[in-house]
Formats: sequence, C-alpha cells, structure tokens
Amino acid sequence: MFKILEKRTLAPDIVLMDVQAPRLARAARPGQFVIVRADEHGERIPLTISDYDAARGTVTIVTQGIGHSTRKINALEVGDHLANVAGPLGRPSELLDIPQQELQSRRILFVAGGLGAAPVYPQVKWLHERGVDADVIIGAKNRDLLIMVSEMTAVASEVYIATDDGSEGFRGMVTDLIRDLVDNRGKRYDLVVAIGPMIMMKFVALTTKEYNIPTIASLNTLMVDGTGMCGACRVTVGGRTRFACVDGPEFDAHQIDFDEAMRRQTMYRSHEQAALDPVREKDHTCRIGLK
Amino acid sequence: MANKIPRVPVREQDPAVRATNFDEVSYGYDQGEAQLEASRCLGCKNPRCVADCPVSIRIPDFIMKVRDGDFQAAADIIAQDSSLPSVCGRVCPQETQCEGACILGIKGEPVTIGKLERFVGDWNIAHGDKTPPQITPNGRRVAIVGSGPAGLACASDLARLGYAATIFEALHKAGGVLQYGIPEFRLPKERVVACEIESLRRLGVTIDTDTIVGRTVTVDELLDQEGFDAVFIGSGAGLPKFMGIPGENLNGVVSANEFLTRANLMRAYDKGYDTPIHTGERVVVVGGGNVAMDAVRTAKRLGSEAVIVYRRSQAELPARVEEVHHAGEEGIEFRMLTNPVEILGDERGWVRGIRCVRMELGEPDASGRRSPVEIKGSEFEIECQTVVMALGTSPNPLIATTTNGLQTQRWGGIVADDDGATSREGIFAGGDAVTGAATVILAMGAGRAAARAIDRYVMDKLEG
Repeated sequence: MFKILEKRTLAPDIVLMDVQAPRLARAARPGQFVIVRADEHGERIPLTISDYDAARGTVTIVTQGIGHSTRKINALEVGDHLANVAGPLGRPSELLDIPQQELQSRRILFVAGGLGAAPVYPQVKWLHERGVDADVIIGAKNRDLLIMVSEMTAVASEVYIATDDGSEGFRGMVTDLIRDLVDNRGKRYDLVVAIGPMIMMKFVALTTKEYNIPTIASLNTLMVDGTGMCGACRVTVGGRTRFACVDGPEFDAHQIDFDEAMRRQTMYRSHEQAALDPVREKDHTCRIGLK
Repeated sequence: MANKIPRVPVREQDPAVRATNFDEVSYGYDQGEAQLEASRCLGCKNPRCVADCPVSIRIPDFIMKVRDGDFQAAADIIAQDSSLPSVCGRVCPQETQCEGACILGIKGEPVTIGKLERFVGDWNIAHGDKTPPQITPNGRRVAIVGSGPAGLACASDLARLGYAATIFEALHKAGGVLQYGIPEFRLPKERVVACEIESLRRLGVTIDTDTIVGRTVTVDELLDQEGFDAVFIGSGAGLPKFMGIPGENLNGVVSANEFLTRANLMRAYDKGYDTPIHTGERVVVVGGGNVAMDAVRTAKRLGSEAVIVYRRSQAELPARVEEVHHAGEEGIEFRMLTNPVEILGDERGWVRGIRCVRMELGEPDASGRRSPVEIKGSEFEIECQTVVMALGTSPNPLIATTTNGLQTQRWGGIVADDDGATSREGIFAGGDAVTGAATVILAMGAGRAAARAIDRYVMDKLEG
C-alpha cells in the first residue's frame, strides 16, 4: 500500500499526488514511469513520473481522470493509499547519457501537450540542475487546462504557451508555435523532445522533420505489467516492433509509426466506455455465467 | 492382486458446464478414492517412478502412507523433496515423468501419482500441521528475485535453515506464473496458491511486491547497500515471442502472456474487476503447449469459439495429455498441421481473420520431432476477431543487463551450474531464468538446490 501525502488539482480532472514509495523515489530518473493500481479491483495504469524526492521518499504522479480507472485514482484523498505503485519503469531519458559539456552546447526544445507537461518537468529540472537551460512549449486546449506553468518557468530558459483558443499565449497548435519560433523569432534547436497526446507527437514529428531537427517522443501506450511480459505496448519504430515499456518509452519520433500506435491505443476503449456507462452495463448479458 | 483394481477415475466438472465457468475442472480424490487408488501401487523395490521424478519424491513411500490413511506422514514424506505438492500434483506432466515410468502402465493404467500427490497436498493445506517449525535465526539475509516456483521453494528452504529471506516480486501479487499464467480452472488461486504463499509467510519469509529488481533496486544494490549476504534470481522466462508475420500489430493480436495475465492475475472474467479483455466470436490461439491450451480454454470460457492452430500434428503437441484431453472435451477445435502466414485486418486495423498454410511432416529436426514443411498452394483463411500468440517465452533481460558481470547465454538465459552458482560470487539463479521455459517442478527443484548452495556459500564465508 502506498500512502498519498499530498494532493492538488491542477486543472479540471487533472490531479497531482505525492505518494510515499522510498525505494522507487531513490531509483527514479527523468523519462521513466510507474504503474499504479487504485485498489484491489483496479486496472494497472501506466503514469508518468512528474517528480521525485529521494530524501522524502516520494514520487509525484499526475493523473487525468478520463476513464474509470484514472477517475478511481483521482478520487483518493490525502492519507488514503494506492494499492500498488510499481517502478520506475522504462529507460531513463537518453539526455542522461550525454556528457554534461556536450549537453550544455545543445539547444533543446521540449514540447508538452496537455498532461505531457508533467513528465517534461523532471527532464527540464534535471537539465537545469546541470546548468543546461532548455526552452519549453506548453500547449493546451485553453488556459484552464494548462498545468505546471509556474514550476516549469522556474527551471526552463523560456516557457512558451500555446492554447487552441488563444485564451493564453500563442493562439494555435504547438506545431504552429514551433514554426513561429524557428521561422519568425530566430530560434534554432538541435533537439526536440515531445510528450503529450499521440496525435500531437505525430504532428510535432512531421513538423520537426521538415526542419531536420532530431526529435524524441515518449509513448503512452497500453500496458499491463510494464516489464516486457505482455507485449501490449508493441510499437513499430523504424520498421521494427519494439516494446514501449522496456525499449522506451522514448523513441526517435521520426521513426515511430504513430498511426499504428494511435490505433492500438483504442484496443480496449469500448470496454472503458462500458465501465463508465451504467446504462450499457445493465444491458450487458454475461456470457460466462457471472452475475 | 493389488493391480487388478481398476484405476480410480477422478471426478470432474461436466465439460459442457465447465466450459462456461472458471471453477476447477477436476474435483480431485476424496479420502476413500485416494486410499483405493493408493492400494494399486505395487511398492516396487526399484521404483522407476522415483527415478523419473525430477526431484526424486519417494513416491511409493508416500503412496503407502495414503493407503494406510496416514495422510500427515504422506505429506511429510513429500515435503522432504517438494514444497509445492498441491501445485505439482495439478500441473506436472506426469505422463512423461512418474506415471510414464509406472510398471502398471506397461499392461494397464499407471497409478495416478499426480492425483494422489494433489490429494496429499490439499489435505495438508486443509488439515496439516500448521505450527511453524522451531527455527533458530542465523542472522544472515538472502534476497530472492521472483515469487514463482523457484523463488518460493528457495525461500522456504532458506527460512527453515534460519535465514531471513526476502522475496522481491515485480507484480502486485506473489506466485509468478502460478498467479499470472496458469488459469484458475487448473490451479485455484485462493484455495491453493494463496495457501502455499501463506505457509511461506508463517515461516517468516518477507514478500515485497511491486518491486522490480533491475529497476526499483538492482542486484548489486541488494548486495552492496542493503546488506544481503546472497541473492537468488528466479525471475522466470517472461518475455513473449511473436512470429514476425504481417499483421501482428493489428488490434486484436495479443501474446498469451497478456491474454492470460488479464484473465488470471487481473481477473478479467470477474465483473467485480475493472480489467478489459478482448475476445470476439472466434479466438484463434497459435501454439501447442500448455500455455496455448490455457489460453484457448480461457477464450472458450469467455464465450468465444476457440481454435488451436498448431504447425505439427497431434502427436507432437507439447502440452500435457490431460490438458489436450480436457480441451477436446470442452469443444476446442484443433487445426493441426496448420501454420499462420499472415494476420488479416479490416479497414480500421482490427483482426478479421488469419491466413494459414497447411503443413506436412518431414524429417526429424534437432528436437527429434518431425519438422513440419509447408504444402505449397494450400493457403486458407480462418475468420476470427482475436489471435493469441502462444509460441513460448524467453528470460527477461532486465536483471542480467543491470547486474555487473552476470554472464548470460546468447538466448538470454543466465549461466548457472547445477547448484545455481552464476558467474558472480554470491549470486545464484535457477528455474526458467536459467533453463528457458520449462516446468514448475524443475524450477522448484532448482530453487531448492540453490538454497543448499547458498547455505554452503554463506557458511563458508563466515568461517573463512
């Protein structure tokens, strides 16, 4: 059981929690994720690590309540326990392998869409602690859905905001903002790291390809165990099947088959909707003799 | 003559009924049945069954105790060589081990050693002596990676020797393959697996779930920073294989690991759990081993037509005879000498069928089995909505790649001798992590051998 020490609502349905998990907090690195189960009957949900504190023995997770299982997580309060928090899983960001001197000469742009700001934050923070200042774009539908802007501002060189409706910052998609920065504002980048909805990462990859900027995307695929056992997270990268949980979650965005990845994300969607819809549940006749 | 008594049949759920539920197929013997079946044993002076048991359980001895109604004594005899009789009695391939060697089998039917073992194991869980043995702690600590058969057996023996044993399990429930792999209808989780784990806890073994060795903590950290005297790696063979044919990433293609983990560990068949599982009108399972049988029978129980596609013939099926027999009774369709060449999708990227080619048997291959050869122009399609790949598994590289200087085979298995000693001092390994996918009993045996070796290693070091 993993105790929730802090809980904050960052935006409608988006909740941040500090969870007690000392071993995990010691081992966590930027780019990794955890698998969380709210209770004994819950699904195992992969969530990105948005911060960690080895001294305090806590990891920070940010969850968007979009389905039954994520809402269950977000319904828990300070003092409650998550049944399971396992990790850190996946490979740490490859930025960690680059020597510091080389890192300092890199011009890095992070593109965070929606919930993606949460996993982007520890990477930017890690770089900042090593004297590397990166730019960050945070994109959201509207200003109410922007998260972690002040945290990011504290560790990033520049934070650019993009909202679809223009309610804050740049009006338009993050891809339009990338173009604006490069075409009109004289920005040059050697590396883009995109984390957010699949569709956003796909279009960021298409955009940066035009500019020939190497790009990394972090894939939030379906998973069960998160350790390479189930293969639910299969993605095609450069024509090869890879497991996002152990080979990723970060891959060369220009090599990822995003259309396949997006299609694979929908595999259990009908079930998820049924679980949210008690009327449909009622109409369901069980075929295996259960009540 | 004892052997004139016909083999005592074991009562089973009616196939038509059990194909719609997840309750255990076999009810097992009651006391009277067990004693009658036990009376068939000839008590051979040179028992061939013992020779063919991977852990050399003193089979005639325990069977004689069953015959005499002294079930505690029978349990004690088995316990000397096996720590999981309720499990192995259910899942061992007895026909190629003990029962295959039974003298009675030459002219008639062998003693049902597996069912008797199960009876004794279940009796012991229900009525056996639960008082923990007197253990004098020796102050030494051993970390055990993985809570499957190898890890459970290793921990149990070490605890009895006085060690403080801590098992680290990556998933949220202990048991390894007993929990995520083998279905409820073959191995009940509460009545058997949970009881075996509870008995380990009574011995003082600590189990840390949600701890992925290689990620949450490394083997080197356990030895250097957390003060463990030795580490046993029993992390199994958990990586699924795929065929590498077109269409394998379509929606509706899953590994048997995923399918079974959703059903077993995550209880997708139980409405009280949130776990989704994808089936459809027809599910095709590719493979012929026990895992394939487990997957196809699970699909059937979830309400689908369920089909096995296997490239060799019935005679080469590697699954236990009993599983194949039960599957047949439950209405599983077997398409033998059939090999998938492509998985077909609809315009939305979901599985709509599988294209297969018919095979014929050619010359024996390295494994001694006749190898299947494609019959040209024999391609055909089977309509289905789900394809489950049950092609075997290989060891997870996570531990080997995060442990300094731990040697592995080219295919990923950890290099270890018969006692489990690896290329690193103080690190031992056993079970599927060393051999590749094998059986519960071999893993259990390896765990026990490693426990003895770990004890020698730690004691030598103390003296030295």
